[in-house]
Amino acid sequence: MTALDSKIPEGPIKEKWTNHKNKINVVNPANKRLIDVIVVGTGLAGASASASLAEMGYNVKAFCFQDTPRRAHSIAAQGGINAAKNYQNDGDSVYRLFYDTVKGGDYRAREANVYRLAEVSANIIDQCVAQGVPFARDYGGLLDNRSFGGVLVSRTFYAKGQTGQQLLLGAYSAMNRQIGKGKIQMYSRHEMLELVKINGKARGIIARNLITGELERHSAHAVVIASGGYGNVFFLSTNAMGSNVTAAWRIHKKGAFFANPCYTQIHPTCIPRSGDYQSKLTLMSESLRNDGRIWVPKNKEDVIDIREGKKKPTDLSEEERDYYLERRYPAFGNLVPRDVASRAAKERCDAGFGVNETGEAVYLDFASAIFRYGKEKATINNEREASKERIIELGEEVIKAKYGNLFQMYWKITDENPYKTPMMIYPAVHYTMGGVWVDYNLMTTIPGCYAAGEANFSDHGANRLGASALMQGLADGYFVLPYTIGDYLADDIRTGKIPVETKEFEEAEAGVKARLEGFVNKKGTKSVDHFHRRLGKVMWNKVGMARNEKGLKEAIKEIQQIREEFHKEVMVPGGAYEFNPELEKAARVEDFIELGELFAKDALHRTESCGGHFREESQTPEGEALRDDVNFSFTSAWEWKGVNSAPVLHKEILSFKDIELKQRSYK
Amino acid sequence: MKLKLKVWRQKNRKEKGKLETYSLDNVSEHMSFLEMMDVLNEQLINDGVEPVAFDHDCREGICGMCSMYINGQPHGPDRGVTTCQLHMRKFNDGDTIYIEPFRAKGFPIVKDLVVDRGAFDRIQRAGGFISVNTSGNTQDANLTPVPKKDADKAFDAATCIGCGACVASCKNASAMLFVSAKVSQYSLLPQGKVEAKRRVLNMVEQMDKEGFGNCTNTGACHVECPKEISLENIARMNREFLKASITSEK
Repeated sequence: MTALDSKIPEGPIKEKWTNHKNKINVVNPANKRLIDVIVVGTGLAGASASASLAEMGYNVKAFCFQDTPRRAHSIAAQGGINAAKNYQNDGDSVYRLFYDTVKGGDYRAREANVYRLAEVSANIIDQCVAQGVPFARDYGGLLDNRSFGGVLVSRTFYAKGQTGQQLLLGAYSAMNRQIGKGKIQMYSRHEMLELVKINGKARGIIARNLITGELERHSAHAVVIASGGYGNVFFLSTNAMGSNVTAAWRIHKKGAFFANPCYTQIHPTCIPRSGDYQSKLTLMSESLRNDGRIWVPKNKEDVIDIREGKKKPTDLSEEERDYYLERRYPAFGNLVPRDVASRAAKERCDAGFGVNETGEAVYLDFASAIFRYGKEKATINNEREASKERIIELGEEVIKAKYGNLFQMYWKITDENPYKTPMMIYPAVHYTMGGVWVDYNLMTTIPGCYAAGEANFSDHGANRLGASALMQGLADGYFVLPYTIGDYLADDIRTGKIPVETKEFEEAEAGVKARLEGFVNKKGTKSVDHFHRRLGKVMWNKVGMARNEKGLKEAIKEIQQIREEFHKEVMVPGGAYEFNPELEKAARVEDFIELGELFAKDALHRTESCGGHFREESQTPEGEALRDDVNFSFTSAWEWKGVNSAPVLHKEILSFKDIELKQRSYK
Repeated sequence: MKLKLKVWRQKNRKEKGKLETYSLDNVSEHMSFLEMMDVLNEQLINDGVEPVAFDHDCREGICGMCSMYINGQPHGPDRGVTTCQLHMRKFNDGDTIYIEPFRAKGFPIVKDLVVDRGAFDRIQRAGGFISVNTSGNTQDANLTPVPKKDADKAFDAATCIGCGACVASCKNASAMLFVSAKVSQYSLLPQGKVEAKRRVLNMVEQMDKEGFGNCTNTGACHVECPKEISLENIARMNREFLKASITSEK
């Protein structure tokens, strides 16, 4: 075990980033033309980094496995993006955003990174508006805000329930401008399957053209991994079907440490699962908790009647309902952070109060918000005598304007009208705070290899606050990486083009070739999905919302078993040199299985509870997560040592100079 | 429920394709259409038949990747949804369902139900952007107020997911709804007005180059659009185009 150097700049926290920018090396514009950068992934982090680097003059090669960069899963982010603009005059500031994020992350994030994130947050909104991102506005033509969980101010900018889409299309448009100019070469339907290192430095990748199946060598002076999170290790998650850990895992196996894999966000408001055939789960934005109230019945008899269809939720009076978040957390109520809300839902369902057939659902109810908005609207319209029906009609219009697409999505999936009956929701895997370890410059432990956005571990600690993922992705891509990468590339201005006809590229390509041909020649008996489902089940049951020593030890054994069976029995139809989605899945699932094992080991090692990582052995008498700051105030960064060897733990000690370490409370 | 599926199979762009018939016995009405396809593929893999290739990713109606032509309609019989949001409750026990790829000159077939929509990217590259570099010193976001009505309309246009259903539904395989949505988003916002003329001329030129047909105001595109993008955008683009053609220095 060694101590890791996170390269945090000296000086007071408010000046670190400015001083750092002033001191680091810069590549002059003429020399930028001589330097190539590979960016893997075109979500918010990848697209914004590609566009910004190309604008500065670097030659960018961007890769995505989808048919166009605009489809990256950032597109599905719903609720909004945080920024410390203080437009609402409610006392917001860079410090408050910084404080909320560190506290929300249960004091397991790196202070300096989080402060920088808060510092550049306001620039992001300016940049996006300049690009033509159509954020929601009020009647005065100025930008509107709403609230998200875990904070007491309104700092979230949004575009209905499609904020991620609008921000991604903004970054995609900036990319398009550079593609048109020839500064970005875009490789759609290409998947990175290996990192190429030369003399210890990241110098290129092996990518598979997913249409033809051909392997391609691409060289560069630096490689940026912006390939998103690994929530699909659970099989069922709110991630897209194609979201995968492969790029991150490939660099991990080449020497990049993987940090805090067990920090996973289970999002409280998702549509409950309905059957074994289910392929994915759908999120209902946290923004709904601005207006929706979460409850289950107070009495078990009502629960049973509801499950059997004898009663409807709307039959229950206020006294018969348990608004458990408002009861347990009066200060934050329905807007507690995600980890807290998810555990509270699980607690009620485990106690037998779940309201659907599976017993895994709670209500998210808009009736009182609809009535409140309806009354306001009636007053504005001067309809003093409005009937109850008229008030509800007016209120539904307001709700529709705010969350129309989310209500439509729910309605289409469940065939129930959420304007008239409360939504049913249950927690689901959504985001991974863990990821590739990076220093302050976003460089991994491989020189010249960077990680940005959800793919890295840096800013959210053990739990991410709502509307902060979009902020971090764009902060990394627009405002951090374009500066910090120059510090490294300044040494490469005389290197010249990196040739691909070398031993290193040859070996890397041969390795990928053998791996893929191994899959198609295996001729096993079970589909890739069979193994992925099994892995997901183990992860959810034993490494999910609540974890304990016994379960984790069992999980590790079971995952090893799945890995062995996978290697013997997986069946991949078709060939390696053609369009073959089953082969793509096989390679991704193999990586997920290996990651799953490390994930469980990390969860086993961290015997404290913090944020999204809840160890049953470590809780307060009220059932809240109990940290162990004496023994666990560090980031776990794991080093790969081979499939059958134990990974080696490295620690980055976290020191809190600007925020006092406290037991997190939202009561 | 039991279903008979007639699915378009085509090995690659060059080879000829044809409809193959498959039967499925155990389909739940709660499944999404793509989950039904997953079940079909699992069955085909177990029978030693190559599974059907189809595009899909987010499975919540926002990425725009899924692209099936179901019983003669892009994204199937339901309104305002993508294929992934279509549920089997819209079908009946015993139904025969025809599943084909989006068909248009501008969207060549890659394999089975997968098509190449790269033409849409190339149109966007021709002008679907505002020429502003990343800068920590751009003006404050609230310095230029935008009337709510314009911002809302720009947003509605910007919700296009680029799936191509408009092209697939159009008898002329026209891409006017797609292109006009982007042109409208920017022409409604003050930030986009600076380059408005150049943008509309370049995007329309690229659209024509890609082999998309002309618009004859049938309106099928709007009906089939999963995001219900308004035809008003096409009218707006025509206005922008005319204005630019007369006054542009190009």
